[in-house]
Amino acid sequence: MTESNDSLMIANVSRRRFLGGMAGASALVLAARWDMALASDEEKQYGAAGMPGGWVDDPNVFIQIDPDGSVTIINHRSEMGQGIRTSLVMVAADELGADWDRVAVQQARADQDRYGNQNTDGSRSMRHWYDPMRRAAASARMMLEQAAANEWGVPASECEAGIHEVAHKASGRTLGFGELAEAARELAVPERSAIELKPIEAHRYIGQEADPVRQRGSGSIERPMAIDGEEIVEGSATFGADIQFDDMVHAVIARPPVLGAKVASVDDSEALKVTGVEKVVTLDTNSEPAGFKPMGGVAVIASNTWSAMQGRDALKIEWDMEAAGDNARYNTDDYRQALEKAAQSPGKVIRSSGDIQKTLDGADQTIEATYYMPHMAQAPMEPPVAVVRLRDGKAQAWAPIQNPRAGREGLAGVLGLDKEDVTLNVTLLGGGFGRKSKPDYVLEAGLLAKETGGRPVKVQWSREDDVHHAYFHALSVDRLEGALDADGKAKGWRHRTLSPTITSLFQEDPEHKGGFELGMGFNTMPFDVPAIQLENPEAESHARIGWFRSVYNLPHAFAIQSFAAEMAEAAGKDHRDYLLELLGPVRRIDPRDFGDSWNYGEDPSVYVIDTGRMRNVIETVTAKADWGRDMPKGRGLGLAFHHSFQSYTAIVIDAEVGDDGSVTIHNADIAFDCGFQVNPERIRSQLEGACVMGIGIALHSEITFREGRVQENNFHQYNVPRMEHAPKQVRTHLVNNDPELPMGGVGEPGLPPVAPAVCNAIYAATGKRIRQLPVNDQLAG
Amino acid sequence: MTTLTINGTTHELDVPDDMPLLWAIRDIVQLTGTKFGCGMALCGACTVHLDGEPIRSCTTTVGNAAGGKITTIEAMKEDPVGQQVQNAWLDLGVAQCGYCQAGQIMSATALLKQNATPSDAEIEDAMTGNICRCGTYNRIRHAIHYAADAMQEDS
Repeated sequence: MTESNDSLMIANVSRRRFLGGMAGASALVLAARWDMALASDEEKQYGAAGMPGGWVDDPNVFIQIDPDGSVTIINHRSEMGQGIRTSLVMVAADELGADWDRVAVQQARADQDRYGNQNTDGSRSMRHWYDPMRRAAASARMMLEQAAANEWGVPASECEAGIHEVAHKASGRTLGFGELAEAARELAVPERSAIELKPIEAHRYIGQEADPVRQRGSGSIERPMAIDGEEIVEGSATFGADIQFDDMVHAVIARPPVLGAKVASVDDSEALKVTGVEKVVTLDTNSEPAGFKPMGGVAVIASNTWSAMQGRDALKIEWDMEAAGDNARYNTDDYRQALEKAAQSPGKVIRSSGDIQKTLDGADQTIEATYYMPHMAQAPMEPPVAVVRLRDGKAQAWAPIQNPRAGREGLAGVLGLDKEDVTLNVTLLGGGFGRKSKPDYVLEAGLLAKETGGRPVKVQWSREDDVHHAYFHALSVDRLEGALDADGKAKGWRHRTLSPTITSLFQEDPEHKGGFELGMGFNTMPFDVPAIQLENPEAESHARIGWFRSVYNLPHAFAIQSFAAEMAEAAGKDHRDYLLELLGPVRRIDPRDFGDSWNYGEDPSVYVIDTGRMRNVIETVTAKADWGRDMPKGRGLGLAFHHSFQSYTAIVIDAEVGDDGSVTIHNADIAFDCGFQVNPERIRSQLEGACVMGIGIALHSEITFREGRVQENNFHQYNVPRMEHAPKQVRTHLVNNDPELPMGGVGEPGLPPVAPAVCNAIYAATGKRIRQLPVNDQLAG
Repeated sequence: MTTLTINGTTHELDVPDDMPLLWAIRDIVQLTGTKFGCGMALCGACTVHLDGEPIRSCTTTVGNAAGGKITTIEAMKEDPVGQQVQNAWLDLGVAQCGYCQAGQIMSATALLKQNATPSDAEIEDAMTGNICRCGTYNRIRHAIHYAADAMQEDS
């Protein structure tokens, strides 16, 4: 094992050993990792190093090789459809020289001390873990080469790992990885400075893509490398909901209909008569702020899910609504009106250049518009679910969770255990989209595990539970004003953004968006306009507000990209040309110059705001979509772009509006620049999926509250896209696949520009400007 | 006791007749490939075949399914059409999270058994009840055509 240096910490970690194989005994070994605590306060850490738990690149943590040559890669990031279990394994297999057919993946438990950061959100998995995983695999490869050199009595420099074996070129001798595994296990991990990474062109899997159509022959792999693909199509993949034990009991919970309401009284006599119902448990309602805490309510524990649901239906609960305070009066119609009124007055100034009021007053032409985006629920197809077993003072848990550490430490909290006595196994996630970043449902199972005499308990959320008790995407009002000169050139831009903030989960009554929220496309607005003022008036929170895929980029992009199109219209100019004019000359802007100190946690000297890359995706997508061509009556092209999660996306939507007001999306062209691409096939699938989700945001999806209660119940009222809403064709155009470019995110940045592109296409088709989402029946009649 | 025949195996279950088939399959028989998504026949995640017809097991009671032949995703790898559909799903990389895909595959397989060469419109008609929140619809549509082509080539 490597020795220490100033910035390296040696920690004792008990675990199964690298190269020892699955059957290997537990051993006390050394795990090396950079320790965040050693960094001076002034020395701000970025990227993976700046995340809780930081990064780990120890091969002993991530790579196991059995004597039979089978290679197991430990994946510590949560899989929710983005393909990280495949993509990180591609990275490791390439750098190790492993044959794909002999590589398996094993999901890591929640253990941030061992694995480094596991919080799978923010589109960070590949951009933070490509380098550490490469180093871990390269170290393992070098240890195998050293083991072969020792065996043959030759210098290691003469030994080279090929595909799943090490060769001595001079003598032609070879030894397989499996044959070397035992000897390699005893060797020291190479110094980090001595690690030799393979050149990019030596990769066999990274960057490769199966031809996504029936014709074969262009790609060097036969089908997409989906490590869980066969289990998924055969129905044997294990999601959180699929955890089963013979002695398991099933629970559903009647949660407070309004956030903060308490159980005043409960009559469970009828519930207990339901066949299979074993127990009814009242749970405390936690005080606000809501955090990740369970909401409280009344749980019914039964021998199967159906009995538990029937038991819940039979409960008679009186709720104390006074305990919910103002939340019990939350009405989204009224709230929206209040925000629209507030948007007429100045707010906290976030960024200002030039004299916006003077510019607006003296303009040849001014326009203004107010945009609205409603609350939405993430509604992953697998509703929240978790299993916990509490036995002998130790808890075992299984859950589909994006933030394993929050689940494990939260369980330790509700159970009064040390986290070392809590094992949280991370299953596949049946979708996440931010909902499963919050472990409230896991903690519920923890509370109920105290009631079941050591038997495992599964808490199953119904779809109604999920729709009623999401951590909702923030409702938002964005008001924009633009000043144009006689030539239509933009001279002034004022944007006021109003939404409840996610920080309301963690502190009492915050009134302004946090820096990480403003940094999602608001204060980073890139247009080159002489007078700009960006303001954030106050807004209260009366529901659980949380991350929804791409988060505040959604309303910011909707408003900014719609308004840019409105300005182009006012100027009498082509939208594409006007966007490029707004962007101005190519600039590489330090986000700090815009007052953004967040920058998605990345180093602002490396991750800049590059208007050249914005121009490139706009120019690419409009060329691919044949922008400017004549369209049939009732049909139009709409354009939008957005920069988020350090990636650049532009999209052209080809939409048709029928006489009945229905919207058909014929084509979507998406140009995407995330810098270097590891798994282009999964990048395309993320863009395709984001496009569909964005169409739903534009056309259908809305959550409303009345008297603090969510009015929608299930998919007949909370509408999400179905097959007929998807574009007939989606074409993805990946650009700038440059290993020298810092990696951007993939899972989220495809989403923000979709809704404004749809609405711009509707405008092109009909002349009707959509400023309120969703479209629903606004185009009828 | 209720007798259910699932994938050719007979199960004697002590459950109420009004229990949805979904929960009998998942919780009692412990075949977990069939998924819960909505409980109201709105999303299709729970789709199984009853005597060859695609049904929503979350709103079909055990009582109504007794006496019929129930087929779930776990049997598709033995089914000639199901195999083609699974293969198409893999070749085109359809799945993202995968949670809804068992239901999608059951709906697609039932469609192809009734209509070996469905049009886009017929595919949309057959699949509109199956929600995929990841948004894999384009690949699903493509994969159904792909499986249909493969079936033609094999016949």
